[in-house]
Amino acid sequence: MLILSSLLLFILTTHSEALTPAAARDEFQEELVIRPLHSGDIYASFQFRTLWDTDFLQEGQKVSHYRLFPKSLGQVLSKFSVRELHISFTQGFWRTMQWGQPFIPSPPGAELWVWFHDTVSDVDGNWKELTNVLSGIFCASLNFIDLTNTVQPSASFKPLGLGNATDHRFLRYATLPREIVCTENLTPWKKLLPCGSKAGLAVLMKSEKLFHSSFHSQAVHIRPICQDEQCSSKAWELRQTLNVVFDLHTSGQGKKEWSLFKMFSRTLTEACPLASSSKVYVDITDNPELFELSPATPLLGQAVVLGDRRTYSVYDLSRAETFGQLRSFNLLLRDMLRPLLHAERYVAGFGLQTGEIHTVIYNNHPYRAFPVLLMDSVPWYLQLYIHTLTVTSKSRDNKPSYIHYQPAKDRHRPHLLEMLIQLPPHSMTEVTVQFERALLKWTEYTPDPNHGFYVGSSVVSALVPSMVAMRTNFTQDQPLFSSFVPVKEESSYFVRVYTEPLLVNLPTPDFSMPYNVICLTCTVVAVGYGSFYNLLTRTFQVDEPSPPLSKRLANLIRRMRGVPLLT
Amino acid sequence: MAAPLTLLLIVAVTIRAVLFRSSLAELISARVEVVSPLNAWKRVVEGLALLDLGVSPYSGDVFHETPLMIYLFHFTVDYAEIVFIVSAYFFRKQKYALESDRYSADCLELLRSPKEMFYIPLKVAMFYLLNPFTILSCVAKSTCGLNNAIIALFIFCTLKGSALLSGILLALATYQSIYPLTLFAPALLFFLQRLYIPVNLRRSSFWFFTLQYAFMYVGSLVVITGLSFFLLGSWDFIPSVYGFIFSVPDLTPNIGLFWYFFAEMFEHFRLFFSCVFQINVFFYTIPLSIKLKEHPVFLIFMQIAIISIFKSYPTVGDVALYMAFLPAWSHLYRFLRNIFLVSCVLLACSALFPVLWHLWIYAGSANSNFYYAITLLFNFGQVKVFTTTWLTNCEWKNRWRNKVSLFINLY
Repeated sequence: MLILSSLLLFILTTHSEALTPAAARDEFQEELVIRPLHSGDIYASFQFRTLWDTDFLQEGQKVSHYRLFPKSLGQVLSKFSVRELHISFTQGFWRTMQWGQPFIPSPPGAELWVWFHDTVSDVDGNWKELTNVLSGIFCASLNFIDLTNTVQPSASFKPLGLGNATDHRFLRYATLPREIVCTENLTPWKKLLPCGSKAGLAVLMKSEKLFHSSFHSQAVHIRPICQDEQCSSKAWELRQTLNVVFDLHTSGQGKKEWSLFKMFSRTLTEACPLASSSKVYVDITDNPELFELSPATPLLGQAVVLGDRRTYSVYDLSRAETFGQLRSFNLLLRDMLRPLLHAERYVAGFGLQTGEIHTVIYNNHPYRAFPVLLMDSVPWYLQLYIHTLTVTSKSRDNKPSYIHYQPAKDRHRPHLLEMLIQLPPHSMTEVTVQFERALLKWTEYTPDPNHGFYVGSSVVSALVPSMVAMRTNFTQDQPLFSSFVPVKEESSYFVRVYTEPLLVNLPTPDFSMPYNVICLTCTVVAVGYGSFYNLLTRTFQVDEPSPPLSKRLANLIRRMRGVPLLT
Repeated sequence: MAAPLTLLLIVAVTIRAVLFRSSLAELISARVEVVSPLNAWKRVVEGLALLDLGVSPYSGDVFHETPLMIYLFHFTVDYAEIVFIVSAYFFRKQKYALESDRYSADCLELLRSPKEMFYIPLKVAMFYLLNPFTILSCVAKSTCGLNNAIIALFIFCTLKGSALLSGILLALATYQSIYPLTLFAPALLFFLQRLYIPVNLRRSSFWFFTLQYAFMYVGSLVVITGLSFFLLGSWDFIPSVYGFIFSVPDLTPNIGLFWYFFAEMFEHFRLFFSCVFQINVFFYTIPLSIKLKEHPVFLIFMQIAIISIFKSYPTVGDVALYMAFLPAWSHLYRFLRNIFLVSCVLLACSALFPVLWHLWIYAGSANSNFYYAITLLFNFGQVKVFTTTWLTNCEWKNRWRNKVSLFINLY
């Protein structure tokens, strides 16, 4: 009995390999390529590649084990005997002259082209059903694809995967240029990914930023490929690509500074655990003059793309040190053009009573501090309060070493404020002062009073340390543009920076009212005057009430009789 | 008497202390109804800051306080609260002194009972200390409160009979803002009444006393002005303070009638209307003195009311000053006509001031006319308050006189 059971067990274990299927070798890779474009825009291209290791060419084999490959697409492939499927949804037009060539091109609207197996008898029927199923999967109106807009290109769309079929009767191509891409299409597309939008590079794909761009294209490409060079085993490859170009000016401030946060309003926190590789590539072929990259990375890669050898900085997200101490990875591309001295000015506050003038001065020198002279001339109708003057550098008080203040005299002269401030290296200094807005006489307003009143620019004058030694002696052959300001010292040059002028609104009286105001005010004063006059000149008399009739008659009779009267 | 007054003082100080420490203090100091360019605390601080920077505070147009104020605030910073309490204390003192002047007769329905009279000082103190206008003015640290204190001290000294002190304090009040000059006449009349000198232009005793008092007053004024000159070393403060009061260059909205009038006036008439408005404050003095020469205290009340309404930069602190006097004439309450209507008007306007200001300046949905209209109505209400008081005072006097003569006739 015991021998029989152990023998059975032995037989079972030795044949266990034949009973269990081969271990699935599904694979998922994700990558993001960022390429700054010459116009200041930035091009980001996501590619997610899922390899589904299954023998599809065998007929009749029902595939039921889905690990990384999405089930909806797998069922589509088997039901309609699809050999290759390429579908893309694009919003915007790719401007080749300004942006170069995209990695994966796509036309505006929706585009769908499919190679069917040569075993399919009714290709048109399959095509119709396929478009309807796909429109359900992607929440798009692909059901508008019918025979009126389908073609069978004979030479343009050869299969991109395995297969040497040349019978173009099994190819169908259709576009819907009117198709609009929106969040409804992005969400089911994201659901096809193994990690969804919860981990890895897909967390960056938030629709509020993605659709606020010049160009947006999402695509799905399915094709059979060889897994190795000998093509001993084949696999399905699903590539989901998302190309987006962010515009410099519509994404805020026009500063040529890009970061993952600015582009996608998210940062990366972890790689997708199901991914075998998760990388971010930044195209640095045109560097170091164009931008500086932070955080720095030692990894470099080279690739030949579109006939050009390009160099990339590589960030490997599967390594924990990429995320740093804060466990978040935010790539920063900053423009290399950093002037040493720069100033900005703006008005803060709300309402028409008070306000605050903020002047911000930037010292971009990495290690040298230098003093600047700030001159502010504010018109008299904005009454400055010098006791509210604060100068802060790096969130600490920075007292100016010299202040010259001449307060304004109403309708005679403006305010003049001059200060000598020492700017610490690589810092931002903020000068704030509060003011109150005055009500002017109605004739002192311009014909367009609600446009506001202009305040002239502040002037920042400084001797900025120079990187290069300069000649102090005057030579005749110097070009005009370098000889305007006389050079007194070798190590620093004189620079004057003007800030923006300010536009400030003042409270306005009603301009149609001069006569009415005079009348009404004089009325109130006259009421007072009239009451006073009345009370000053009035005399009081006691008024005896007239006696009733009976009394009067009685008094009349009494008078006739000569007897004392009744009171 | 001491216990209720102490309680009242404690309550008043508590309210002010609580408001001082809350975030409302910032908000209230910025309100245009409570502070004006003449007495805002922000401007005092600005003047002191300019002095620290080495620039004369009068070289700009921000600071319009007198030089003595600068030196007062150089040393004491924000304990003016205590001065206000002291001033209120003196209010009640002078009211008490007032009552000893009254006749007591059988005409009970026209006069107050001694019990009522006893409580009048407390009522006056309550009217001043717990008046929301005073509280707001105090929390905003407006120097109006200090001016009120000086005027109250002046009234107290006058009622106590000390001519020299009264002259000095009146000079100080005039030095602060020119308008208390009109209080010279009632003070003079009070002293004459007290010393039993008849007001007769032909009598030499009248002229003798008048010259004495005038000499004390003018002398102190000259001394104080000279002192200010030596404090700062220049006469800059005269155009900055007094020129500012008279020529009204700053058109910041307030609760008075001047700002919008001068904002919308034709340039041609500017001098004419400035003169008219300033004369309006001063020229009621002589007729009122003639009419009310037997009632100098009432005359003081009338003058203060006229100043508060028609001065160039009024604030609610000035309104509170004359309102504090009203309980002294509590015997008139029964006869006041339209008092309900007038008090409703004043309450409604006080509530509407901040609302319409917000709508104009912050919300942008109203314009300056809304705020101006409420200004007009508020001043109209104020005019009605004191003309009604005056009218009932005349009626009351008349009735009382007739009743007294009747009484004498009967016996």
